[in-house]
Amino acid sequence: MDKPFAITLDPGSSLANHTGSWRTFRPEYVDRLPPCNVACPAGENIQAWLFHAESGDYEAAWRSLVENNPLPAIMGRVCYHPCEGGCNRQHVDAAVGINSVERFLGDEANKQGWKFAPPAVATGKRVLVVGSGPAGLSAAYHLTRMGHKAVIHEAAPLAGGMMRFGIPKYRLPREVLDAEIKRLVEFGVEIQLQTKVSDVQQALQDGFDAVFLGVGAHIAKRAYIPAGDANKVLDAVAVLRGMEDHDAPMLGRKVVVYGGGNTAIDVARTAKRLGAEEAIIVYRRTRDKMPAHDFEVEEALQEGISIKWLSTIKEAGESDIMVEKMALDDKGFPQPTGEFERIEADSVVLALGQDADLALLENVPGLVVEGGMIQVDGGMMTGHPGVFAGGDMAGSERTVTVAVGHGKKAARAIDAWLRGAAYAPAEKHEVATIERMNPWYYSDAPKTMRPVLDIIRRQSTFEEVLGGLDENNALFEARRCMSCGNCFECDNCYGVCPDNAVIKLGPGKRFRFNFDYCKGCGICATECPCGAIRMVAEEN
Amino acid sequence: MSFQPVKFYQTGTFTVGNRLLPPEERSVQASAKRYNSINSGHRACQGCGEALGARYAIDAAMEAADGQIIAANATGCLEVFSTPYPETSWQIPWIHSLFGNTAAVATGVAAALKVKGKRDVRVVAQGGDGGTTDIGFGCLSGMFERNDDVLYICYDNGGYMNTGVQRSSATPPAARTATTMAVGPEPGNVFGQGKFVPAIAMAHDIPYVATATVADLRDLEAKVSRAMEIRGARYIHILVPCPLGWGTASHDTIRMARLAKETGIFPVFEAEHGEIKSVLTIRRPLPVEEYLRPQKRYAHLFGKNPAVETIAHIQALADRNIRKYRLEARQGSH
Repeated sequence: MDKPFAITLDPGSSLANHTGSWRTFRPEYVDRLPPCNVACPAGENIQAWLFHAESGDYEAAWRSLVENNPLPAIMGRVCYHPCEGGCNRQHVDAAVGINSVERFLGDEANKQGWKFAPPAVATGKRVLVVGSGPAGLSAAYHLTRMGHKAVIHEAAPLAGGMMRFGIPKYRLPREVLDAEIKRLVEFGVEIQLQTKVSDVQQALQDGFDAVFLGVGAHIAKRAYIPAGDANKVLDAVAVLRGMEDHDAPMLGRKVVVYGGGNTAIDVARTAKRLGAEEAIIVYRRTRDKMPAHDFEVEEALQEGISIKWLSTIKEAGESDIMVEKMALDDKGFPQPTGEFERIEADSVVLALGQDADLALLENVPGLVVEGGMIQVDGGMMTGHPGVFAGGDMAGSERTVTVAVGHGKKAARAIDAWLRGAAYAPAEKHEVATIERMNPWYYSDAPKTMRPVLDIIRRQSTFEEVLGGLDENNALFEARRCMSCGNCFECDNCYGVCPDNAVIKLGPGKRFRFNFDYCKGCGICATECPCGAIRMVAEEN
Repeated sequence: MSFQPVKFYQTGTFTVGNRLLPPEERSVQASAKRYNSINSGHRACQGCGEALGARYAIDAAMEAADGQIIAANATGCLEVFSTPYPETSWQIPWIHSLFGNTAAVATGVAAALKVKGKRDVRVVAQGGDGGTTDIGFGCLSGMFERNDDVLYICYDNGGYMNTGVQRSSATPPAARTATTMAVGPEPGNVFGQGKFVPAIAMAHDIPYVATATVADLRDLEAKVSRAMEIRGARYIHILVPCPLGWGTASHDTIRMARLAKETGIFPVFEAEHGEIKSVLTIRRPLPVEEYLRPQKRYAHLFGKNPAVETIAHIQALADRNIRKYRLEARQGSH
């Protein structure tokens, strides 16, 4: 073969040189668990639905969301969003407004009339769900998805449980609640109203294969307060429930609420909206000890509610009450001081917590009740085989979100139990902490604030206090998600490799390493924004 | 400004790609069909900044010239690791020159193309800081002065790395090299020597001069494609960290380039006809210590008795860059 002067060898490509043999560490693509998902009591895969919302495909986002939670429009209003407390973005600027995007998706679904995908093949199994609160609705929804027939028995004339009879309208408009319940009914969940279950044992013999109990906790706790005949001492549960009747409860011009939880706040804000000139919360400890969420306390104070800290009610007279001041002792417990004060009050509302009504369980053998709560195992099953429970009657943290989570978990366990299998939760990935990420790559983008109703209307009407985001804002907010721990195909690994050893597989298919040439430098892992690559030592 | 950053699309244009951007707005490097002008199998060290910078730059030039590029390459790391005879990693027409005459070889290629009337074939010359700022400086200055139609790209890693890390005129002060040992009363490279060739290139009033780093891909690509729109002498100086010579972890190459830019150690700007047209401002201001501490070539500045005065001196140089090139973070800027 003729070659130019002084050339003796054919030119060759460096591809013959497999530099992968230099490697001592190898990169691996991993999926890590985002902290929002870890924090969500309802077990939502938040990052997965945000991923669809980021590209503007809101229906796909909503469908991904409702795989775990059938009540996004409700959740986007009443959830205390522990997800945002977990969000890694708070270490960059401020947490992603997950709750506001969830509400946008829920409202969009109601506006567009999106329906749930039809359930899987019918199994022929029937499950009785007692109570139509968030736990019951969630359990019934998931059971229906799995092909079982779920029948809800509800003692009240309307469905929704505490979402209807406990949460004020200014936080959860009833048309939103009705829309999401209607979608569940259309999906195949049967709700029998004004049907009180008084004997669970009987139900099990009446053709049901399993029972889920979600009766909630709606018996108000009492405190002994000596009261004159003419004084009005009411309980918070009755007041909030009364709001759903034709005639609103008569509370008078000066209302005192006794307690420090979210219910106390709800009642005080309701009283103000009913026209009370003064709504005063009396609580025996300090603000930082208050079980109510801080933002709710803040909103109440904005609306002109006053709070008397470190105070207990000693007696209730005809038009006033006697309050004793307290002082915290060394251990932080309030102790009486012997100092008294009189406060004008037309009525006193007790918001001291609630107990579950467990009367329907009296004949069921094997059940264990401790501290007023029914005891369940890891799959929400009570001591009686085939009887499951969740929501306020089975949990110490009583929120809508926890109840929805209970319902889902119980449905999975019931499904396993009906098939004669044991419920085994899926294994979880390691958590995507901010230390495992490279936040440099995320654009600076401050959190979008939701519109808030003006103060005058908040003091006089039951209009919703917190507004929703419009599409632009919701899209912006969704795109603030950093996709912690899971590849979002930013092409960084593909671009930053000095050895072209990352193969791009195309949209939705992510990437693969070419270990013939990967030298194991680790730049891809360091420069991966979301922490989806880890370096592991090569063997030998 | 030739590069408009996109914000609010999760990562905007900070990352190489972004699924939320339309394909035409994505980087050359994000494309599955990019040229890979320098291919796998090259023998650069793990985490080599120069191999990365060369692919970023030449792929962008290939994209701009529709694949019609001839490159002249000075002796140095880039040539040694890419082309041990008879193998090569280059997937473009590529000429190996002497250490010092790359600019002249490229000038010759450009002249030949002119004679042949091939205006669509463009010429790139490339080399390290040794071949550019020291050995090839005469040829480079001549190429600038004659305004020859060549894009010269210098990959600056601050020393002669493949021969065992010797000092060049681009080695920063206080850095330890094999010829500026960390011994004596003033350990490491001396202050007050060396040169910043981008400023010298600007003094030639050539049409285009720019600096870039491997930490800002979008900026680098925009500068290469801007340079390719222009005829005449153009110069791009790219900071490419060297894990071997700097004593940094192989996975920190891009991080080091980012720190050099964010501390003000390395000013990133572009200039036309001797005038600065735009700068990359600092996004998260940091003291120079953040940049110095991870590098073993500065290890003698730290330890039990930190060289506080030397570090302050380097900080003063960075502060001067920030003043001179107006690098301070600005509201609403990149």
